[in-house]
Amino acid sequence: MGGTLFKNFSFFSATLSFFILVGIFAVLFNYAQEALQEFGINFLYGETWEVDEEDEGGIFGGWIPIVGTLLSTLIAMVIAIPLAMGIAIFLTEIAHEKLVKPVSIAIELLAAIPSIIYGMWGLFYFAPIVQSTVGGDGVGLLTAGIVLAIMIIPFMAAITRDAMNTVPPVLKESAYAMGATTFEVVKDVVMPYAKGGIIGSIILALGRALGETMAVAFLIGSVMSIPSRITDPTTSIPVLLANNFAEAQDLEISAMYYLALILFVVSFALISLAKFYFFRKTV
Amino acid sequence: MTTDTMIMEVKDFSFTYAGASSPSLKKINLPIEKNKITALIGPSGCGKSTLLRSMNRIHDLYPGNHYEGEIRLYDGDGKGGNILEIKKENDFIKLRQDVGMIFQKPTPFPMSIYDNVAYGLKLAGIKDKSEIQGRVEKALQDAAIWGETKDRLKESAMGLSGGQQQRLCIARAVALKPDVLLFDEPTSALDPISTGAIEELIAELKKDVSIVIVTHNMQQASRLSNYTAFMYLGDLIEYGKTDKIFLNPSVKLTEDYITGRFG
Ligand SMILES: Nc1ncnc2c1ncn2[C@@H]1O[C@H](COP(=O)(O)OP(=O)(O)OP(=O)(O)O)[C@@H](O)[C@H]1O
Ligand SMILES: [Mg+2]
Repeated sequence: MGGTLFKNFSFFSATLSFFILVGIFAVLFNYAQEALQEFGINFLYGETWEVDEEDEGGIFGGWIPIVGTLLSTLIAMVIAIPLAMGIAIFLTEIAHEKLVKPVSIAIELLAAIPSIIYGMWGLFYFAPIVQSTVGGDGVGLLTAGIVLAIMIIPFMAAITRDAMNTVPPVLKESAYAMGATTFEVVKDVVMPYAKGGIIGSIILALGRALGETMAVAFLIGSVMSIPSRITDPTTSIPVLLANNFAEAQDLEISAMYYLALILFVVSFALISLAKFYFFRKTV
Repeated sequence: MTTDTMIMEVKDFSFTYAGASSPSLKKINLPIEKNKITALIGPSGCGKSTLLRSMNRIHDLYPGNHYEGEIRLYDGDGKGGNILEIKKENDFIKLRQDVGMIFQKPTPFPMSIYDNVAYGLKLAGIKDKSEIQGRVEKALQDAAIWGETKDRLKESAMGLSGGQQQRLCIARAVALKPDVLLFDEPTSALDPISTGAIEELIAELKKDVSIVIVTHNMQQASRLSNYTAFMYLGDLIEYGKTDKIFLNPSVKLTEDYITGRFG
């Protein structure tokens, strides 16, 4: 009897998560109706975001925040993936025992810092550094991307390290016993064995970077303009939503739901793609 | 015993694990004869694995162990280098190609059957595709697993049975044409039929390589080996021809162990 109860409960929980997913999609889709009818697919390319005070309408297009979201996430991932892998490899395969504990604790603490703190630190400390070394206004795509990277690195490194720690020592020993170097053991045994966990950590980090609001709001500049250089300020979907929601009316609200829907679909698509791509050929 | 019948020689070898207060091996002296099978027996914790794992310096993956004495690996001319003096990465790689190791549990790499065997060859710097292919096939034949794998070489090695995986690991080691193969309880995780297959294989392999095998199975030691070393609490108590050790041991402790009075 207890077994049946448990089975029913886990079945319920599993279906619940599916219904929540569908439910969120339905709500977004429903509220976005007005904007969907007004702008259709052209919303994706529209570069204006202007409220018409008279009739509470306006012209809204998502191109700039969409591009801003994708580019800042791309910059963050390009920086974070190699560094996080490096940290995890260092901790599991190279570092002396005495160093592993303190570094691990530091990484777990960094992963737990609220993002608004990264945002403030980034704005007051890091943005001036970017400005004086690379140029630009300080705030912008690059600063947001780098701080996003710093934010997701500890998290990615911690999960990747855990995945790498599951590799049985005897498997590594047998690779060393064939004359492999540490580099070869990592490349040919540790990474393939821990692949599932590594991809998982990248996917979670990707989701976090795409949806990050607070840190990016401090750093991306929050202006509706297409960046022509990597240091230029722009905006992102979560930032635009957070900044505009309080005063928005009718059509603008619907347009923001449209944007939220796009973010939802883009996250979903990227994550499915990553899963599909990496799990397709498993040896 | 002279150096030209020996492939390895352990001399006054002592070993203490990092942080341990007492040594796990105390002044061990042991010859390893060429193209013979040497069995290491003794109760759990007596130091068999410790000794075996010193012979390819796999212990050195973990820092802080302390050892002294010599372990010599002889080449064809009877000249022998002390492997304990190895410090350079390239020399470690060479040592591990000369002295292969097979573990208790099969350890296929997360790659295809073919790549598992080709792996060591690629590490050894062999680039010629047809040479690799030839040696993979030969090794799989030598390890008596070619028939079962020839139609599924591209499949994951994880899909093989435990016994097949273990023979694959042997093939992988054999492919490197080592001088010595070290086996640490290679059949203790296997069923009797797979065990029989592995034993047959080991007996066959001694034509080409010298073998050291750790085992808890007295029948296996007496069936397979030419020489037997009995260890107890970090000491090597008795070493000799297997027949002699099993039928007429000189030391009372050896007799007690072999007849199952303890251990
Ligand atoms: N990593 C280690 N650190 C400290 N001591 C160890 C370590 N590994 C083994 N020892 C100790 O060294 C001694 C010899 O261990 P070893 O594993 O060589 O025994 P064994 O003869 O192979 O035993 P078994 O038959 O159970 O495999 C034991 O007392 C053991 O507790
Ligand atoms: Mg052992």
